[in-house]
Amino acid sequence: MQPLHTVRLTVNGQAYERQVEPRLLLSDFLRHELALTGTHVGCEHGVCGACTILLDGQSVRSCLMLAVQAEGHELKTVEGLAPSPDELHPLQQAFWEKHGLQCGFCTAGIMMTLVPFLETNERPNENQIREALSGNICRCTGYQHIIDAVLHASHPS
Amino acid sequence: MKPAPFVYHAPESVDQAIELLGEVGEDAKLLAGGQSLVPAMNFRILQPSVLIDLNRIDALTYLEPTDDGGVRMGAMTRQAAVEHSEEVAKRVPLLQLAMPLIAHPQIRNRGTIGGSLAHADPAAELPVAAVAADASFVIRHNGSQRTVAAPEFFQGMFTTDLGPQDLLVEIQWPGTPARTGWAFEEVTRRSGDYAMAGVAARVTLAQDGACEQARLVYLNVGDGPTLAPQAADMLRGQSRSSDLFAEAADKAAADEIFPFGNVHASPNYQRHLARVLTIRALENAWQRAAG
Repeated sequence: MQPLHTVRLTVNGQAYERQVEPRLLLSDFLRHELALTGTHVGCEHGVCGACTILLDGQSVRSCLMLAVQAEGHELKTVEGLAPSPDELHPLQQAFWEKHGLQCGFCTAGIMMTLVPFLETNERPNENQIREALSGNICRCTGYQHIIDAVLHASHPS
Repeated sequence: MKPAPFVYHAPESVDQAIELLGEVGEDAKLLAGGQSLVPAMNFRILQPSVLIDLNRIDALTYLEPTDDGGVRMGAMTRQAAVEHSEEVAKRVPLLQLAMPLIAHPQIRNRGTIGGSLAHADPAAELPVAAVAADASFVIRHNGSQRTVAAPEFFQGMFTTDLGPQDLLVEIQWPGTPARTGWAFEEVTRRSGDYAMAGVAARVTLAQDGACEQARLVYLNVGDGPTLAPQAADMLRGQSRSSDLFAEAADKAAADEIFPFGNVHASPNYQRHLARVLTIRALENAWQRAAG
């Protein structure tokens, strides 16, 4: 095993410190070191979007970062979305109501992509949503109910 | 699909990085945004024994206007920062057209200007934009510095002027001359995919509205940014006409590009796309030059 490096970071508001090999991917660090398995691994080359998390508020591919690179940063994963165990994030609520997921494998990455997108685009239209989600692949839904969920979440009636 | 072991360094200054390169450059890869390097390492296509992470070097992230009306950028400037920069939109409008075409927002949040240019993927937008806009590259080496113009910088597929101990530190984009318009057009199967073909066009008009000069640079139809000087020359001194654009497009597509084809498009289809996009790009660039 290689010499280990110390990583100190914050995830969903909680501070962590671990010793890791430099080659450990951030996606694997979150899942195996921190047991935050909401972030999924689909392709490990940046195209499927299942591993998308927030790094200092920006959406990034956790499979394309080394855990050691997250030292000193603030991360947010899907586990950090719901305000409490009894209350869903508005996006999660909308996905439930509009059947925006089936197997759920892509969903965490889609949520984390949408959070910063909706912060800067409060009432997106369908084209804008499709463009924003072009970096997230879904095998189950055909995307229509995902779009419906985002429209529902962002256009309160 | 995990990287092979490597020794990891995270220098905090340019000097430290250059010193490290001097010691281990032959065995090392530089880690910038990681959006091309880490996939290659995950697949074990690349197995560097040493990785020098540039992400702790704050001094390489900057975006400043220059006196000639252009912009200079530190090599570690994130693509998203360039995409959203008002200075860039004003001074180097070609970049404002090209940046949103690069992959996806998540990739652009980590990907860097210098990393993409140093990687020199023939399917990448930034090398084509650099050649179209006359960008130059400031490169540091133990004890020396040099500036290389874009056409000399790109030397082939994934090959640049950078040697194993070189560090690309800055990219300079000149200001846009008067009466000059730009276009960047590409076709992808899905938004954010690698383009099957693409073109950057630049048109400068004379006082009387005729074309003074033009430039056409193509994407993914050769082993790097591919210039079509003969096609571009056909516009010189001419006034705007659809027939003229079609002739130039025919010339470029038939004689000046060298598409290999790939799983998404045959070489013939790439030529067809190049032809259609040339017309579109010349229309748009001319319109912007005149407007």
